[in-house]
Amino acid sequence: MLLLIQYTLIFASVLTLVALGGCYSEHSGVINLGLEGIMVMGALGGALAMRYLPIGIPAFFYILLVIFFAVLVGVAYSALLAVAAINFKADQTIVGTALNMLGTAAATVIVKAINTATNPNDVSSIIQYIEPKKKFILKLGSFEFNWFMLITIIILACAWFVLYKTKFGLRLMACGEHPQAADSVGINVLKMRWAGVMISGALGGLGGICYILAGVSEWRFEYGVAGFGFLALAVMIFGQWKPTKIALAALMFGFFRALSNTYFGFGFLTNLGLPSTFYNMLPYIISIIVLALTSKNSKAPKAEGIPYDKGQR
Amino acid sequence: MSKEKENIFKRPGVQSFISSLVCIILGLLIAFIVLLIINPAGAFGSIMNVIKNFFWFKNPASRLKYFGETLAKTVPLLMCALAVLFSYKVGLFNIGTPGQYCAGICAALYASLTWHWGWFPCLLFAMVAGALLASIVGVLKAYLNVNEVISGIMLNWICLYFTNATLTPVKNPTGKDTLTIASVNKGGIIPSLGLDKIFNDKYVTIAIPVAILVAVAIWIILEKTKFGYELRATGLNKNAAKYCGMMEKRNIIVTLVISGALAGMGAGCYYLTDFEQWAVTSSTVPAMGFNGIAATFLGGLNPIGTIFSSYFITHITAGGAFVDLTKYSSQITDLISALIIYLCGFVLFLKSFMNSIIRKRELKKSGQYENFKQDGRKN
Repeated sequence: MLLLIQYTLIFASVLTLVALGGCYSEHSGVINLGLEGIMVMGALGGALAMRYLPIGIPAFFYILLVIFFAVLVGVAYSALLAVAAINFKADQTIVGTALNMLGTAAATVIVKAINTATNPNDVSSIIQYIEPKKKFILKLGSFEFNWFMLITIIILACAWFVLYKTKFGLRLMACGEHPQAADSVGINVLKMRWAGVMISGALGGLGGICYILAGVSEWRFEYGVAGFGFLALAVMIFGQWKPTKIALAALMFGFFRALSNTYFGFGFLTNLGLPSTFYNMLPYIISIIVLALTSKNSKAPKAEGIPYDKGQR
Repeated sequence: MSKEKENIFKRPGVQSFISSLVCIILGLLIAFIVLLIINPAGAFGSIMNVIKNFFWFKNPASRLKYFGETLAKTVPLLMCALAVLFSYKVGLFNIGTPGQYCAGICAALYASLTWHWGWFPCLLFAMVAGALLASIVGVLKAYLNVNEVISGIMLNWICLYFTNATLTPVKNPTGKDTLTIASVNKGGIIPSLGLDKIFNDKYVTIAIPVAILVAVAIWIILEKTKFGYELRATGLNKNAAKYCGMMEKRNIIVTLVISGALAGMGAGCYYLTDFEQWAVTSSTVPAMGFNGIAATFLGGLNPIGTIFSSYFITHITAGGAFVDLTKYSSQITDLISALIIYLCGFVLFLKSFMNSIIRKRELKKSGQYENFKQDGRKN
């Protein structure tokens, strides 16, 4: 039971972080389908930091540094989306898809290159982080508290405050609803959209490192992040692009995802005799059902996905 | 004379070709730089091996054999690319293609290995499976306004787990792959009609000419029939199509059903040759569907162009096996195709850039350039 709660919370943290990233990007008017790739790159940045940082650094600074590198790589990678989608008016769906494929391919190539350089016989794409992982976890009895849970709550509060209570947040949302109107009152739409995509890159990168630290202590980069970027988008849609509702939606999705890791611990669930495959599918099935129920009255930002063209009315 | 030349560059087909070429060259160049960074010593040789693929062999007979195998591998990619293309023309981005391809594999192999069906019913069954899966996306999109990209991705994962579970009973007891069709059901293999003799490779079957015929058929349907026109009209403006009396909801569903059937057929055409078996421990959907997206855009969104772009992508993917594996990883070719898709995002910009150069030149020639510049300033 405790394990289920632990996994629910950690997966919900990942989904909240990434969905908030998507939320910022879409409020500025850019659909970020590349979140999956951004997560992989963020995870790569963090994992490499864990590999090379000396283990002696105090835990607090260690965590900060790992997060810093994950965010840095995430932001840099999201710039690829920003430049194509905002400045060159490219199709956001294509570029997002390209980023997803590029993320996994590039991460695999990079990790393999590093592994092979250190040991010519090692052609795997695995990075291990057994010792560093311990720094992220605080044991409370048998419950493993992960610092990312706290970080997520802080970021959630910040995200809500910035979006609704600051000039920047309101301007950002204006750019996603009606960019021409925003431009007419002197808001630089392109700059705002860049800001939106960069924030989503930062949060996506953070979510990526959080995801690979969730359960295991090594990561094989060929696998990417198993559709979590897209689950996060489903969470965002279900949360109607609002931070608080996103967090609740993430808890629900996190619960179903956690169930597939821990269902065998529950007597009544194993007694049902359902194959384990069913529990693996569950989060995805639930997300389709949820989308079917909520997409009709979409609260999506009106101008999302449309490149901003000054000449258009 | 020079006017004639300018007209050539104005033609959309030529512009698409140039854009695709630019994407390929830039993609290869960036990959080359990546190889240089990893290890400068063998970078040039490795990138050349990727481009050469089967020309790497000295012996003409081996070359022919591996050319045949590259063609056989092109078939599923071409079908997936056509699936993506068909839906994209109707304004739908069918990223569920990998899942539909996976459903096709599941249906074809299960029917062949457990029920011992002939190859043709197996192929039809694969098409039905792909179409059924895609129809879910279509119904959700048409009636409930669910974003087809997200529902497509979710169904990809669902289908992957389903396929693994379904094919586990027919797997080889000693390994993780499914049984070969030849060992259980000899009639389940797609016939070659002598093509295997020409290439001296048993995997070269009639699937290759069939796939090319399908590409031509798709081109005819989209460009030359009323049905295709209606579909494209729905893609350009859903509301206008509805206003003209077209059934836009039906069109969306029909499009995805056809698209899914194409992906399923691709799976059947490949797995029913026994070329490859399904590993029931697979943890990702087959890359074929995603590479299909690359082939679609590289082919300039034209079914005929897609034949060549699919071949090109298969060619370099197969060539990835010839990089110096002690220094680099074969995923470098995944990197190239991902880069190509990314660069294809810039095609629209590239085309408008070409057009603006042509226009400027024409205006300069007719002496109206000054007026044009002034007009531009006024706006």
